[in-house]
Amino acid sequence: MDLTELIDVAEAHRAKQKNIRIHCCTSTGCRAASALEVLKNLKTAVEDEALGENVEVVGVGCMGFCGRGPLVQIDPDDALYEEVKPEEAASIIGSLKGGTATALKGDVQHPFFARQVKIVRQHSGKVDPESIEDYIAAGGYRSLYKAIYELSPPEVVDEITRSGLRGRGGGGYPTGLKWATVAKMPGDQKYVICNGDEGDPGAFMDRSVLESDPHLVLEGMAIAGYAIGANHGFIYVRAEYPLAIQRLQKAIQQAKKYGLLGSQIFESPFDFKVDIRIGAGAFVCGEETALIQSIEGGRGNPRPRPPYPAQAGLWKCPTLINNVETFANISAIIREGADWYAGIGTEKSKGTKIFALTGKIRNNGLIEVPMGITLREIVEEMGGGVPDGEVKAVQTGGPSGGCIPASLLDTPVDYDSLVAIGSMMGSGGMVVMDQDTNMVEVAQFYMEFCRGETCGKCIPCRTGTVQLYALLTKLLKRQATQADLDKLEALCHMVQETSLCGLGMSAPNPILSTLRYFNQEYTELLQAPKYLNGKVAVE
Amino acid sequence: MSVKTLKIDGIDIAIEEGATVLDAARQAGVPIPTLCHLDGVGDIGACRLCLVEVGGSRRLLPACVTEVAEGMEVQTNTPKLQEYRRMTVELLFSEGNHVCAVCVANGHCELQDVAIQVGMDHSRFTYRFPDRGVDVSHEQFGIDHNRCILCTRCVRVCDEIEGAHVWDVAQRGAACYIVSGLNQPWGEVDACTSCGKCVDACPTGAIFRKGSTTGEKERDRAKLDFLVTAREKHEWTR
Repeated sequence: MDLTELIDVAEAHRAKQKNIRIHCCTSTGCRAASALEVLKNLKTAVEDEALGENVEVVGVGCMGFCGRGPLVQIDPDDALYEEVKPEEAASIIGSLKGGTATALKGDVQHPFFARQVKIVRQHSGKVDPESIEDYIAAGGYRSLYKAIYELSPPEVVDEITRSGLRGRGGGGYPTGLKWATVAKMPGDQKYVICNGDEGDPGAFMDRSVLESDPHLVLEGMAIAGYAIGANHGFIYVRAEYPLAIQRLQKAIQQAKKYGLLGSQIFESPFDFKVDIRIGAGAFVCGEETALIQSIEGGRGNPRPRPPYPAQAGLWKCPTLINNVETFANISAIIREGADWYAGIGTEKSKGTKIFALTGKIRNNGLIEVPMGITLREIVEEMGGGVPDGEVKAVQTGGPSGGCIPASLLDTPVDYDSLVAIGSMMGSGGMVVMDQDTNMVEVAQFYMEFCRGETCGKCIPCRTGTVQLYALLTKLLKRQATQADLDKLEALCHMVQETSLCGLGMSAPNPILSTLRYFNQEYTELLQAPKYLNGKVAVE
Repeated sequence: MSVKTLKIDGIDIAIEEGATVLDAARQAGVPIPTLCHLDGVGDIGACRLCLVEVGGSRRLLPACVTEVAEGMEVQTNTPKLQEYRRMTVELLFSEGNHVCAVCVANGHCELQDVAIQVGMDHSRFTYRFPDRGVDVSHEQFGIDHNRCILCTRCVRVCDEIEGAHVWDVAQRGAACYIVSGLNQPWGEVDACTSCGKCVDACPTGAIFRKGSTTGEKERDRAKLDFLVTAREKHEWTR
């Protein structure tokens, strides 16, 4: 395939598209609320009403407002229907002929939608994730062409560096620097790995991207392969995301068929193939060295770094490993240019970030917001605040992050500000908690998670998490004393500083942040001392 | 091969490039406690006892896998490191069932040695008293999981030196245990050559020779060194 053919495919597909497109979300969340039945009924209704000439019903990816699924949206007049029941489908089609739709109509001007800036989710909810033609018609794979034919590999790396993009997996390592390191490493064989082992409780950004726009990720990986000189990529997806895996498999097949993956991409000397590896259910495999071990077929245990994967990664070859969302940003950066991207966000955190907004909040779902937006804007304006109550804390960064108290809601959301207040950006989980939430229980929940997910290789994480969980349980049973609380804090610091990998190093964060901001809740749970100054204090 | 010079606890050391901080410390006579490290097999940096402070690094680094660098300044025994090492050993004692008085390795136990070295006289942490098993299905040896600290020396020595890979780790977190063969009783594992290297490698009394009783486990560590030298340098004398 060459550029003319790509444009031909796009134009032919656009010509085939009907004037009115009815988008019905078919992602996991909406599916669980019987979206597939809605889709089927919509299609039948179009046939029944004999509207097939002008109207088509398309199953699309995630539209973001997952708390109100299934979602149906009509293009081009932009009407959005929420919580559509299968029996209401016909009335939506009827409304095209002047009838009244019985389904709940959503407000597309609501800040939840209006405040979003969509780069990663640009096609999400608009294109059919199972159709490569839909993606090409929306301008897909043009960036890959541009990278191969208009830019040299160092120019691509330079573009990414100047864009200021930082890793979206949580750490925020500068992506351009990582690419440059791998590109400059000696060696003929290099690899690209896409980390789709999203595992934080309450986070589903990567799942949504993979389910809604798999080609965007593949294109980003191919551009990375070209930039660093790799001819082979792996996508590591957790087995709990069957739909994402199925759609990726289909996408890879389609892209190979069109010559957009595989040998001689766009008839250039550049080869790049992508394989999927399915995780077996370990959270720790999201850690890069454990993930590499897992791809190699070994037990998913992390190993000490250095050497970093950029030096010695998959099968000891230089390896570039980025998160799903990071790769999903690449196509737009190449298309629009580094300066455009660097114009979005704050000085040190560029671009947008997707958050999975969940918990005690009116509007649950996925949002893509520019960096630098405040937590208050996200939670109160976009999220609509807590139904009957007030925000007490916002948890970001999952089990590696921390709880941010309501008093700090005006903190801008960027990598450095969140770290400064004891939390972290993380992969994008954002759980809102109200006054009824006991913060010690929250800490205990996350510690239970880490205790179950630690690989067991290093002692501080293997046993430290068990002891931390036990101390929190003791506190909640009101059996702990001040000495236990001191021990809890000391152990937190020890686990943080001595653990081998990121899981252990960040596992105490939920405890430390709640100790910092909600200390009173801990001290209130303390048992009154039985003896004071050698005398019995409590009978 | 070039030589690097560095300072460990104020002592100047010159050592060949590629050596680890642990090698350098040993050469200088600076004691750094270790448990998962075993001369002759690959290092994994898991026990976290050899963590040291390196100037310019925010993180504590495991001496066993950190390569020396020119001008490196290493501190091996700061109050913070002492405290963390003590806690590490306390955690090790709290997670298993370590009853020295009835253990075959009493007096020859590296866990005991390390406890003494770091000055651990009691554990601040609640003992977990896990329910773990004992496998004595092998003709000559037995494994008592209660005494295992999951250092994986047996796994590595069997894989790297003997080439049999009888051992591996099953499960994760606190549920981890050393598994023989395909999770079979040790005695049924065909791959086992009964070489006994795992017995010699085990730092505690977890893997032992049958018939030995309290305090009777003594190891032939020189055998491992001999084998490694024999393989690498083709010197077959002991």
